[in-house]
Amino acid sequence: MVEGSGERAAARYKRVDIVVALIFLAFGAIVAFDSWRLGAKWGEDGPQTGFFPFYVALIICISSIVNLFKGFAIRPERDKVFVRVGQLKLVLAVLIPTIVYVGFIKWLGIYLASAFFVAFFMRWLGKYQWWKVVALSVGNSVFFFLIFELWFMIPLPKGPLESILGLG
Amino acid sequence: MDEIQSLMHGFAIALTLKNMAFMFVGVLLGVIIGVLPGLGGANGVAILLPLTFSMAQVEGGTTTAIILLSCIYWGALFGGAITSILFNIPGEPWSVATTFDGYPLAQKGRAAAALTASFTSSFVGALVAVIVITFLSPRVAKFALEFGPPEFFAVYLLTFCAFIGMSKEAPFKTLASMMLGFALAAVGTDPVTGTLRLTFGFTQILNGFDFLIAVIGLFGIGEILLTLEEGLAFKGESAKINFKVVLETWRELPKYWLTSIRSAAVGCFMGIVPGGATPASFMSYGVAQRFSKDGEKFGTGMIEGVVAPETAAHAAGTSALLPMLTLGVPGSPTAAVLLGGLLIWGLQPGPLLFVEQKDFVWGLIASMYLGNIAGLIVVLTCVPLFAAILRVPFSVIAPVIMVICAIGAYTVHNSHLDIWLMVVFGVIGYVFKKLSYPLAPLVLAIVLGDRAEASFRQAMLVSEGKMSVFFSNELVGGMTGLALFLLCWPLLSAALAALRNTLRGR
Repeated sequence: MVEGSGERAAARYKRVDIVVALIFLAFGAIVAFDSWRLGAKWGEDGPQTGFFPFYVALIICISSIVNLFKGFAIRPERDKVFVRVGQLKLVLAVLIPTIVYVGFIKWLGIYLASAFFVAFFMRWLGKYQWWKVVALSVGNSVFFFLIFELWFMIPLPKGPLESILGLG
Repeated sequence: MDEIQSLMHGFAIALTLKNMAFMFVGVLLGVIIGVLPGLGGANGVAILLPLTFSMAQVEGGTTTAIILLSCIYWGALFGGAITSILFNIPGEPWSVATTFDGYPLAQKGRAAAALTASFTSSFVGALVAVIVITFLSPRVAKFALEFGPPEFFAVYLLTFCAFIGMSKEAPFKTLASMMLGFALAAVGTDPVTGTLRLTFGFTQILNGFDFLIAVIGLFGIGEILLTLEEGLAFKGESAKINFKVVLETWRELPKYWLTSIRSAAVGCFMGIVPGGATPASFMSYGVAQRFSKDGEKFGTGMIEGVVAPETAAHAAGTSALLPMLTLGVPGSPTAAVLLGGLLIWGLQPGPLLFVEQKDFVWGLIASMYLGNIAGLIVVLTCVPLFAAILRVPFSVIAPVIMVICAIGAYTVHNSHLDIWLMVVFGVIGYVFKKLSYPLAPLVLAIVLGDRAEASFRQAMLVSEGKMSVFFSNELVGGMTGLALFLLCWPLLSAALAALRNTLRGR
């Protein structure tokens, strides 16, 4: 890991705690609003459709307000580091390719996208030789193809490659 | 003894060649899942659940399917200890307490003894829990046959209040996390009237959120992101177990019989009341430390410090199946996934299961005995193999696990949107874990939300809207009262502590 800059805090616990409590509060408010619209009172035959979610939302709001105050009450000297810059870089280095990967599943099918995904990791983070990268990434996809399509007969999303090969 | 007879019948079902083969496959897969970061009991079973669809359609196939899935669970419970002891990385949340003494033992070169002690006490914990299940569950089921909607709602209330009362996290964070689960469960079609709610015009979420997706995201992706923070390589001690060390350790273990009994009792209690394996292991470690004559040496590498958390974690993990089978209320996320499996195979969990699906229930209970014996044999003989898995660099393992999670999320409903949801849940899991919002109540609320609401509203229909129905007889009143007591427990204990402090101050 990079020394120095990597050790710096990317975010502190207190701020993240407060932001998450605020998101909870907003979420609770939206749910409460929509439940109220549907009717959250007692009808003639018991609670209406929105009754249960409305009170759930109300509890979300109350507990997030408590959490918000608790978050604000964290004293600066007891404010831990939430995530360091170096750690955040590593997390994003995995999270962003994963998001790209999930997007590509729709176009390439899951097998080809997975092969690219595994290859990318091995080459970029692992610095493996190319023959190892190709062997493992292709082997991985072939393995899952055999298990799902042939053995358990569960069709997974396929793309152009499979139709060229006449497998899809 | 009806139970013994039923159990023998169960053994006859479980002891077929096919079921035994799936038992070993399940345990082996389970240990691998338990060892790998990002794959654990709950999401491992969730990912493999779709593979059992076709298996369950054959005559008697549901029993084979549940044996496979439950054995994955036992395997994962065993596997968590391997990484804790050798690598100081808890493979599972419930094996965190095992690292306290397990890793120091490995550093002293006594890894094999620590592993043997941990596996053996896991086995003992599970065995006690299975015996409890064998004799208690038919009784609970018979009792629960009389339950109506108010009683069932009281059971749900008790489940969720227990989380708040027992959790070591901040009560309001537990509450917020749990209610988020209920809100997510409410999305989609209203179970009683069929009205759409909280969909905001998005037709893709008409059926609400599936908890299997949440489990794969929260425990899978979230866990990988957390592990990544520690860097890309694992450093660990190597281990080989030879028969001599096993025998030596087994000779030492009976010394800790009292710790074992205490831990098993704590574990069974925490598993049935849904506290879960993780708090059970911590609680039992703490209790053992307080009562042991070597208490102050805990943390430096004491066998007893491995025995206590492992016995409790395994006892809790196993006994979490009792409420799942008898009441349809799972005691842990993994039990919830198994419950989801029963529903998918067309079985209705709950008291009727013991009447209508005798073969299934007793086959499962018998397989718990056999599965844990199989687990003990597998882990004692194959430790070096499993430790080798962790030496595969993270840059290879991490993307492969991501791919497995994505495939698992897709196969639940054959929906691409679910893979996106999995990633979102993964990020939520990562942030929640770091801010100590507990994940188990969130998952259980998504699972039970609809049914808790339905039983509440049915109870209200019967009572014409009077809340007093939840106190209408001793049984339901007792459960509701206990639930409210547990709900207020954090407040009460804080008040007691404050009172004690002021008294001492004087």
